[in-house]
Amino acid sequence: MSNFFNKSDLTRQDADKLVSETLNNCDDGELYLEESKSESILLDDNKIKSSNYSSDLGFGFRAISNEVVAYSYSNEISKDSLKNSSENLKSTLKSIKGTYNHEIPKSNKKFYKDINPIEQKTLDSKLEVLNKVNEFLREKDGSVKQVTASFAGEQKSIEIIRSGGESLTDVRPLIRFNVSVMLEKNGRKETGVYGIGGRQSYDDYLKNDNWKNVCEEAFRIASVNLESKPAPAGEMKVVLGPGWPAILIHEAIGHGLEGDFNRKKTSAFHNLMGEKVASEGVTIVDDGTIDNRRGSLTIDDEGTPTERTVLIENGILKNFMQDRHNARLMNTRSTGSGRRENYRHIVLPRMRNTMMLSGNQTQDEMIKSVDKGIFAVSFGGGQVDITSGKFVFNCTEAYEINNGKIGSPIKGATLIGDGPSILKEVSMVGNDMMLDPGIGTCGKAGQGVPVGVAQPSILIDKMTVGGTKL
Amino acid sequence: MVKDQEFLKSKASYCLDLAKKMGATDASVTVGHSISETVNFRNKSLEASDRSDGLALSIETYLGKRRSSISSSNLIDENIKTLIEKCFETTKITPEDEFNSLPDKNLLAKQIGSLNLYDETRFENDKKIKYLKDLEEAASSNKQIINTESSFTENKSNFILANSDGFCDGYKTSSFTTSCVTVAKDENSMERDYEFSSKRHLSDIKQASDLGNKAAVQTIRKLNPNKIGSEKISIIFDKRISKGMLSVFASAISASAIARGTSFLKDKINHQVFANSINVIDKPDIIKGMGSQNFDSEGVNSNTLQLIENGILKNYLVDTYNGKKINLQSNGRSGGTTNLYFENGHLSYEDLLKKNSKSLYITETIGHGSNLVTGDYSVGATGFLVEDGEFKYPVNEITIAGNFKDMFKNITLANDLEFEYSVNSPTMMIEGMTVAGK
Repeated sequence: MSNFFNKSDLTRQDADKLVSETLNNCDDGELYLEESKSESILLDDNKIKSSNYSSDLGFGFRAISNEVVAYSYSNEISKDSLKNSSENLKSTLKSIKGTYNHEIPKSNKKFYKDINPIEQKTLDSKLEVLNKVNEFLREKDGSVKQVTASFAGEQKSIEIIRSGGESLTDVRPLIRFNVSVMLEKNGRKETGVYGIGGRQSYDDYLKNDNWKNVCEEAFRIASVNLESKPAPAGEMKVVLGPGWPAILIHEAIGHGLEGDFNRKKTSAFHNLMGEKVASEGVTIVDDGTIDNRRGSLTIDDEGTPTERTVLIENGILKNFMQDRHNARLMNTRSTGSGRRENYRHIVLPRMRNTMMLSGNQTQDEMIKSVDKGIFAVSFGGGQVDITSGKFVFNCTEAYEINNGKIGSPIKGATLIGDGPSILKEVSMVGNDMMLDPGIGTCGKAGQGVPVGVAQPSILIDKMTVGGTKL
Repeated sequence: MVKDQEFLKSKASYCLDLAKKMGATDASVTVGHSISETVNFRNKSLEASDRSDGLALSIETYLGKRRSSISSSNLIDENIKTLIEKCFETTKITPEDEFNSLPDKNLLAKQIGSLNLYDETRFENDKKIKYLKDLEEAASSNKQIINTESSFTENKSNFILANSDGFCDGYKTSSFTTSCVTVAKDENSMERDYEFSSKRHLSDIKQASDLGNKAAVQTIRKLNPNKIGSEKISIIFDKRISKGMLSVFASAISASAIARGTSFLKDKINHQVFANSINVIDKPDIIKGMGSQNFDSEGVNSNTLQLIENGILKNYLVDTYNGKKINLQSNGRSGGTTNLYFENGHLSYEDLLKKNSKSLYITETIGHGSNLVTGDYSVGATGFLVEDGEFKYPVNEITIAGNFKDMFKNITLANDLEFEYSVNSPTMMIEGMTVAGK
């Protein structure tokens, strides 16, 4: 755990005193201290292209009264700097008074270990793995023209000091291993990308030469795409594979169920609480409590322990995801969903691991039931317009389905749909729920945070596929 | 106040001296300081204020052809010392790369003229609040607008870039950015749109009421959209979307993508890649320009580049490392383009709308559907159906798709170029793309 005060003229007593004094007449707020250490090592074009180490230290001071949030951050932890921030907050909130809510739930559960993954493995051994990846793929097949492989590791220590001196801490490890390969055959070039990661040490992911599986998967996706034909254009049935394709749920439903958009009534879901928003059999949860997952958190960035929040139960909208600020204004409680990218940013209600739970059909049954449609196995990224509810995501591996059989692979196409209605088009839910491999980063208001997703195979009766073939 | 040149220079030379003393053969360092103040408004009242004050340091150390880097926000001398030690230890065990080096001394920027990129005017938060109040009053004066959110950010930055070949320079920049997002609702639909303005100097920022009105008008006209059928149709890209084509083009001609062989424009120098009426220019020395710079992120002098001349690709965007790989000298584009734009076309905006009896006018795209390796493009879109030059009705939940190699050759530009951002384009028409809808 970082000691934020041992190299500063600011003592903990000073900080406690200033925090209490500043937040005395506010509804909520805290001093958030953060120290992060991170590394990234990249092999590209047959060489170690870059090796970067970064350390970051700073605080964010937040005061909230009524609907107004005042925020000030600095990367200098000192008496002067904190005092300046305090003055800045007070001047914004000078005419608005509140009553501080001291209540914050407690839990002893931890969902990952206090480790620093960067220090657990020497730089040499990381370089060695990257070089092996490069050799393995280039020797595998003559069509391999480019290999990129990278490690990213991080340890983030945070401390939250609330008015009255209460302190909450967390140490969060995070790693990611990624391989991208480009193949060229008969003048065509295609790329395949695969990665793994989570809140554990590198070795937890790389034992038993597991890096080879990552390479094979990236190579397989690129090979499939070399054979791909133009994708169809228009409305049709879509079968989604299990695991990572659940970013559909993240984009289509997840963002629209975040507290802020619903408090502001800008989400297409704001007036649908208790209503049927999905087919029967569809249950979606957002869970911060799965051990070692990329989107898991012991406490959120306001100090609230995370939980498993049921968003949609058997088709009915049950809960929004809340941070303290939006929860207070909507007369409910925080779901432990208050997150920020780092001390430079304000807290927003965000997703953690968003999952659609298993039903009882098989993927085979789904494919057999489709006359004309597509089978989407993997996706790049997605995006949503919260207000109109329209969302998109890009296929990176997909096939056409003709008369109940999987046909040729098709080129990367964008799928577009309507968030509030898409889950009503789900006509089959598979029994094969799978977690994603630990690679997701969600962007909102310019802040990126690590997230996870999971789902079984599902059949969607109608979606628009954005190909070029009419 | 943003830290002055002397403070940043002293930190930079402390780093360079230390790296040299430890045995680094070369080193380069960037030290920057930035102060930002933002006020957020929602539905005509204050929602948030945000002040940020951040120092940033990044160092690269070389040992012959070995190189590694560190970055930090903690500028206490003791911390810098620990980090440089760590950086240099890493450098020692990082494999050699023959292309690693500081930029060629002869290419470094020498005379640095003022581009007027800094406005010292302080726009106090109370004034920001007044501005946003006026803006949201104007935006919500229409009944169909049910929600307004807006913000004003003032930023002042300063930096020094120094390397062990004696380069040491930097300058202050400022920016003032205001934006407004409005939500409109009728019995059938709810839609959102936006408008923003970003300038180096406060006096150039758009009038609050104009900005608010424009956002409102753009949102209301999207209400009650239809989905259209799947077909081949000519597509007109509004200026705020057409400039995105230039960003894709810029990524595809970066020396890094060319050297790695992962660009659909590899080996296309002196080849026709756009329609022959098209010219693309990257100009770093526009006074008060949002993308203007005196030198690139390595200190290399940057001159105006004609990237496309009569449709023919003339230059890549070259930095030192990737330039060495493909045998080209850096042209001062480490860090990318500066002020990038299409030269005006010949048709007026009205004539472009009328050019085909039916076209689709796109005002927003969503998704990350640009593949730079294959040139394939497929994104979600919203816009309007245009018939005989008239806007007929709003359209959404459709996708548009094509391949950049074909799309670039089928571009027709209007003559309505304005220099609003760092990337600018006139309104654009592309024929032969596919729309997927019903």
